[in-house]
Amino acid sequence: MKQFATRALLGLTLGLSTFAITTSAAQAADVPDPLRLGIDVPYAPFGYKLPSGELTGFEIELGNAICAQLATHCEWTEQDFDGIIPGLMARKYDVIMSALTINPERERQVLFSEPYFTPPSGWFVKADSPLAGADTLDAEALAGKVIGVQRGNLQDHYVTDLYGRTAEVRRYTKLDDLVLDMDSGRVDVAFLDLPVGQDTLVNANDGNFVNTGSAISEPKKYFGDGFGIAMKKRDRDLKKAIDGALEALKADGTLKRLNDKYFASAATASDNHQ
Amino acid sequence: MEQLNDAGSSGVITQLGQMLEDALSDNYIFTATTLWHYWEGLVTTVQLVCLALLIGLILAVPLAIMRGSRRRWVKMPVYLYTYVFRGTPLLIQLYLIYYGVVFFDGFDISLGVTSVHVPSIQETWLWDYFRDPFVPALLAFVLNTAAYTTEIFHGAIQSTPKGEMEAARAYGMSRGKMMRRIILPSAFRRALPAYGNEVIFMLHASAICSVVTLLDLTGAARDIYARFYAPFEAFLFVAAIYLCLTFTIIAIFRQLEKRLLAHLKPLS
Repeated sequence: MKQFATRALLGLTLGLSTFAITTSAAQAADVPDPLRLGIDVPYAPFGYKLPSGELTGFEIELGNAICAQLATHCEWTEQDFDGIIPGLMARKYDVIMSALTINPERERQVLFSEPYFTPPSGWFVKADSPLAGADTLDAEALAGKVIGVQRGNLQDHYVTDLYGRTAEVRRYTKLDDLVLDMDSGRVDVAFLDLPVGQDTLVNANDGNFVNTGSAISEPKKYFGDGFGIAMKKRDRDLKKAIDGALEALKADGTLKRLNDKYFASAATASDNHQ
Repeated sequence: MEQLNDAGSSGVITQLGQMLEDALSDNYIFTATTLWHYWEGLVTTVQLVCLALLIGLILAVPLAIMRGSRRRWVKMPVYLYTYVFRGTPLLIQLYLIYYGVVFFDGFDISLGVTSVHVPSIQETWLWDYFRDPFVPALLAFVLNTAAYTTEIFHGAIQSTPKGEMEAARAYGMSRGKMMRRIILPSAFRRALPAYGNEVIFMLHASAICSVVTLLDLTGAARDIYARFYAPFEAFLFVAAIYLCLTFTIIAIFRQLEKRLLAHLKPLS
């Protein structure tokens, strides 16, 4: 009994002391070093792997530039998109930078930085599909078709709510698997972030796939306010620091340079700084 | 004093009512839409597991008999099949069957003047079935469960008491008749507890079919988890459903064992 009490006391003291140390460290600096960022790859051109296994892409370069601005180091952690917010809650990383659209549903859970990119979403089909070249894709055109999306992103919510009853929605954990099933003809049409579909399907497959219908960025309920960096609700100081860094990168032309580098080929890369 | 007491207890009740109301109105996850999503998942899981087990069982009986044959060329292919399918993870078998088949491109073989076209799967009637994820998943599950069930039955057949076979032979039964009347009925009974486990394993293994976009119970839970970022609610609910299914299976097998294995029970 006595031994138990001693152990319990010891555990409590140790627990309290480590707690005290971590809080004081967090107070000393707003920005952790290294800053751990969660990202779902591949999601070209935002984030993908070179054949050597090295991570690169718009978000990786922008993230590294932000870390440089904040005088810290980036540590990238890979995480499937459908678990990316729970991963933040579980402290697997400090922030999410993974094509995460700012919307009210997510703002209930996390704190967002100012947006750094605003892409529309687009439909992609095989070049010989009957849907290729359509002006707009509506419920009638999509009736009975198999629509592929990545699970849990805004495109998933949009097609599930609008076409979930009339078409079959297949949800993929990884973009790779969706591309495979598009290629084999299991999925009739994919609904993706426009630059991502442009890069991953159209550009990477020698004209096998085309963009069709019109680009969609309304209503706000689904398409939100663009991509933001997400962090835990209480990290207000970190948000301030990151917003400041983004502002500085806009001012010195880094954001513009990265935009030109990664989205020049996508005719739709719009002006992203509002 | 009495009045005060009254007011106190009714106050507690209203408070409890308020808490319950809050909990229910705060529940934005379990709406009619998500419950319907779970229901669709349940239907798929039950369909897939029942069909896989049924077909696997039908395949396993002849395979188990072949597995016990004295002829090498009968025994070896079955042994190889169960060896491969029990020796590799079901997830990998599923991936190979679902994604693997589409990597086979059609090609032509030229034989002098004529040429023979070997079609890819998209060009054949098989594609009608392999396009959707259900049939590839079913095929993977059938092959897997048939391999395990074959080994379970094989073991049960091997452990037939010698006396029973000698008695059958003494009655002048042929090998076929002996198999039908003596060996198989008693082997099935002895295999029952092990087969019950296989059924439960199969139910739990079916959770992986959501990786090929099939909307089963686990797939439904993953969708709801990704939508509401609520891992506990989504997965605890689905775990409870799996528990109910498992207990149902256990109850069915307990009844079966009670009836069919009554002769093996201790006398007192």
